[in-house]
Parts: sequence; structure tokens; C-alpha cells
Amino acid sequence: MKFAVIVFPGSNCDLDMYHAIKDELGEEVEYVWHDETDLSGFDGVLLPGGFSYGDYLRCGAISRFSNVMSEVVKAAEAGKPVLGVCNGFQVLTEAGLLPGALLRNKNLKFMCRTVGLKVENNETQFTSDYAKDEVIQIPIAHGEGNYYCDEETLANLKANNQIVFTYASENPNGSIEDIAGIVNERGNVLGMMPHPERAANDIMGGSDGLALFKSIVKHWRESHVNQA
Amino acid sequence: MKKVKVYVTLRESVLDPQGSAVMGALHSMNYNEVTDVRIGKFLELQIEEADRDLDTIVKEMCEKLLTNTVIEDYRYEVEEVASK
Repeated sequence: MKFAVIVFPGSNCDLDMYHAIKDELGEEVEYVWHDETDLSGFDGVLLPGGFSYGDYLRCGAISRFSNVMSEVVKAAEAGKPVLGVCNGFQVLTEAGLLPGALLRNKNLKFMCRTVGLKVENNETQFTSDYAKDEVIQIPIAHGEGNYYCDEETLANLKANNQIVFTYASENPNGSIEDIAGIVNERGNVLGMMPHPERAANDIMGGSDGLALFKSIVKHWRESHVNQA
Repeated sequence: MKKVKVYVTLRESVLDPQGSAVMGALHSMNYNEVTDVRIGKFLELQIEEADRDLDTIVKEMCEKLLTNTVIEDYRYEVEEVASK
């Protein structure tokens, strides 16, 4: 399986993402600069964390109009897995690929620590290697991770089982319903504030994030074997 | 030439933690009359006369890029600027 790691000016978790795929997962991966206009050669798209365009105006607001984003939308529409982590999640909401928005943390602080995440939905292509309600330890590092959406959107998220991760014990940012990560209705676009790529090997302090990437690859292998 | 002043604030339904913190500070300074503080953004755009309708393009720019209508409201004012 071949992944694209999208690199915006100001991305800073692109190397971690690349490392997780190449060295921990053993899959193919390439960096793709935000100016590129073709993602057709890739099976999955990863939007890394960071401060793309310096977070100017709003987090993700300017990146969303990069050339490559229309290709990311195409990949999502084609059913390819698209994962946005932290700033990547913010870009996905700005681009309209995921509902809602990320606000400033309620306590106004940049939060950088490892938190417990509860796997609310393990029936997605991103979480099948986890058990339902399993609590995993994943680092967060964000100042604007306070997920917000209106009541109607929240009702839809619940009805369609789109809430994938919630903060297990303490909510670090004030997000609505303790939301840490959501998928789109189709289930092939996941946005999450915590960083699974920073928990891909015990040497990093934990490896609970690796199962997320393994789930993506497993799903891809299964669907491509079935088609063959 | 026109100068367009765009004011962006968080929607009423969205909690503004910065505004709340500032109000707390004002109260601690004994300005207890203050009942709400909302912090927003102010943008100034210089726009040349063109064929396209000014209101149409300002609204488009606000809704596509300058604000996120999921969480923000905007309003704008247009001023004449003397051409040089």
C-alpha cells in the first residue's frame, strides 16, 4: 500500500508520519508538496500535524486552498482512506470533508501530553485493530483542538456512529461530548487531534497508535484481494 | 478604490474563552458593569473598481476564506478611498 504524506509550509509532523509508515509499518510512503496536482498514484492520504501557513487567519484555512487539496477531495470521493491528524484534522474541517470546526482550547493553553483515548467505534477502516471501548494512550499537542459543531451535526454524528475517539478520563480542550476524532459519513475520512504517529514504537514512549495504521493497511489489503 | 473593513466574531452560540478571560480580568479591576466580552478579528481590504459587484465578491471572500461560518459571523463596511 502506498501512502502520501502531504507537506504544507509549516507542517512539522510529516517526518513522524513518514517514519511510522515506512519503518514501523513497512509500507510505501512519499512526501507530497502542497503544490502538487496529482495523487492518483497513492492508495491513502495522510495530512500531518503542524502549523501550516503559520495558522494565519484560522488553523487550516489557507492550506485548504492549496493545489493538492482538490486532489485530496478527489481521493476522499474515490473512497481512499484519508487521515488528518491535529493540523490535518483542522484542514479537513476547513475543507468541508469533515463537519464542525476546531476552536481554541477552553483553558486557552497549548496542551502537550499523553492522554487516554476511548475507542468508541472500532468498525471503521481506521480502528478495526482496536477493541470497542478500549482505552489507548496517545500524545496530544495542540492549542486549538476544541471540537465544536451545532446540535444537528452532533445528532447526525451520533446517529451515524461517526464519533470514533473520545477523551477517556479528562478532556484536555473542552471539546463537545469529549470528542477527539470523527469520521465522515462514508467512513473513509478520519480526523483526530491526538497523534497516533507519535506512538508507533515503545521507544517513543508507547505504541498504541500503530494499530490505527495497521487497520488501514488491513482494510486496503482485504478490499483489494476481494477485487482480484 | 474602496476600503472594506471586515469584522469577524465567534457566533453567539460558540463559547469565547478569550473573551471570558478578559471579562474576568476586567471584573477583577472593578469594572463590574461589563456583562460580556467577545474577541474577534478586524481585516481591512483595499479593493480596486472592477466589473464585478463589490458586495458579491466581499461576501464570497468572507464565506470562502476570511471566516468559517460554522463558528464565526461577519459584517463589513465599505469606505471610499481617494485614488492616488
